[in-house]
Amino acid sequence: MTGPMTTDRRPMLLMSPALLWLFGLMVVPCLLILVLAFFRRGMYGGIEYTFTLENIALVFDPLYAQIFLKSAWIAGLAAGIASILGYAAAYAIAAMPRHRQSALLFFAVLPFWSNYLVRTYAWIVLLNREGLIVNLARWIGFEGELPSMLYTEQAVVIGLVYNYLPFVILSCYAPLSRLNPEISEASRDLGASGWTTFRRVVLPMTVPGIATGFVFVFVLSIGNFVTPALLGGGQFQMIGNLVYAQFLTANDWPFGAALSMVLIMVMLGLLMAQATVADRASGGKAGDNG
Amino acid sequence: MADRNTFRLMLLILGLIFAFLYLPISVLVGLSFNEGGLPTAWTGFSVKWYGELLANKDILRAAGNTLIVAVFSTLLSTILGSLLAVGVEIRRRNGKWLETMIFAPMIIPDIVLAIALLSFFSLLGVKMGLHTIIVSHVVFNLAFVSAVVRARLKSFDWSIVEASNDLGATTATTMRRVVLPVLMPAILAGALLAFTLSVDEFIIAFFTAGAGRSSITLPMQIFSMIRFGVTPEINALATVVMAVSVVALALSQRLNRGGLPGQ
Repeated sequence: MTGPMTTDRRPMLLMSPALLWLFGLMVVPCLLILVLAFFRRGMYGGIEYTFTLENIALVFDPLYAQIFLKSAWIAGLAAGIASILGYAAAYAIAAMPRHRQSALLFFAVLPFWSNYLVRTYAWIVLLNREGLIVNLARWIGFEGELPSMLYTEQAVVIGLVYNYLPFVILSCYAPLSRLNPEISEASRDLGASGWTTFRRVVLPMTVPGIATGFVFVFVLSIGNFVTPALLGGGQFQMIGNLVYAQFLTANDWPFGAALSMVLIMVMLGLLMAQATVADRASGGKAGDNG
Repeated sequence: MADRNTFRLMLLILGLIFAFLYLPISVLVGLSFNEGGLPTAWTGFSVKWYGELLANKDILRAAGNTLIVAVFSTLLSTILGSLLAVGVEIRRRNGKWLETMIFAPMIIPDIVLAIALLSFFSLLGVKMGLHTIIVSHVVFNLAFVSAVVRARLKSFDWSIVEASNDLGATTATTMRRVVLPVLMPAILAGALLAFTLSVDEFIIAFFTAGAGRSSITLPMQIFSMIRFGVTPEINALATVVMAVSVVALALSQRLNRGGLPGQ
């Protein structure tokens, strides 16, 4: 009744509506961006269909390259801090009694599921000039002018760390919870101190989790435009804000497309590097110290 | 002794991290019930800011738009995503490209998809509005629905399908009477997840809503309000939005866990 023909055709029939949807509304539009990057900007903001490399070249113009570097710096800072905090949290959760771990993990990730704008707004409430932190400082007895904490680079980094921390907790918890406690015990029995055991045994085995967390936070941060727009004020631009401006205000779509293309390349490169790290780690080379 | 100290240190770390995660949103929620509305002083418990929300026409219209977008994109993506999941799991050996394409909408940065869709719609000359937000939301939503349903299918006992076939049921009957009931909790969980994601989604909606204020969604409304500063009204609105996502998510988790006994 179910010949090879029918078993091959029917699943395809079930899959095709969704695959067509993804093809038409994800693959084609993304390819369009790649194509758009090589066209010229028209006189009145439209697109002129002549081939050019100017847009790509413009991305590497010092003015814009600097914004790219700045974004990478902020994203790196956020990813670094989130990785350290996230790893510490995951480590602490994994050290708790087994039956409590899933509940702790659930509550660590819960804020991640509430609205991104709301979570960012919460920091405006805390950091603004009449905000809670300033009031708290006054209440303690601090007098005089307090430096504004909102609309600074630090505020943007805090916002990014806050928003993406649960992600790192999740990615670090997975390898930490799979760790066999006997390995650490063996290391201690052989005379290693707690710190040495952590540094030489536990940490190397859980690096893939940190790498995953770091790369995802970095990728999500470098293209972010909501957090810089809200917590950075108009003070400085990140690459996401620049892309946003090209499409919605400056009306230079080809340049916006070129910026996005470079951004996508950076992201893809990092995600692929991360996949390689994860692959190598799961390839049974855990004992490899080189 | 050392172990005990380590354990205490771990508790301390957890306490600090959880404080970092929950204090900001707790302050927000607390302030939304503050009569005076200012962070400077607590003047008494009040729900008056929630009343203000109900009197604000812009917010109500944005909420209505969000509901329309979320309901339709959830319906579409639940159907497409569930069919996709069943097809993929029956087929089993799927190429790397196919898996990447199904997985991609979940990791592709919002801003990239947003500008890609904006360029696509305007080059095609499509007039943008709620309908373009809906079809755009289906892109990532169907990926999430199919991921949830596929997870359930991994533990699915395909022999009951064979049994149903052997007993003479047509494929359609088997799907409707055997496969669907088993998958239903996962499908509902996926739908709830899609609904939450759609209600919360800002960037793609922002880019594909088109000009004018007629198709503003709730997150877009919140974004423009936040840019003008902190108000007790936003605190209340933010609390409502947060409560909706947390409830929907908890429900989704619950549905997905409590399926058939033994699964």
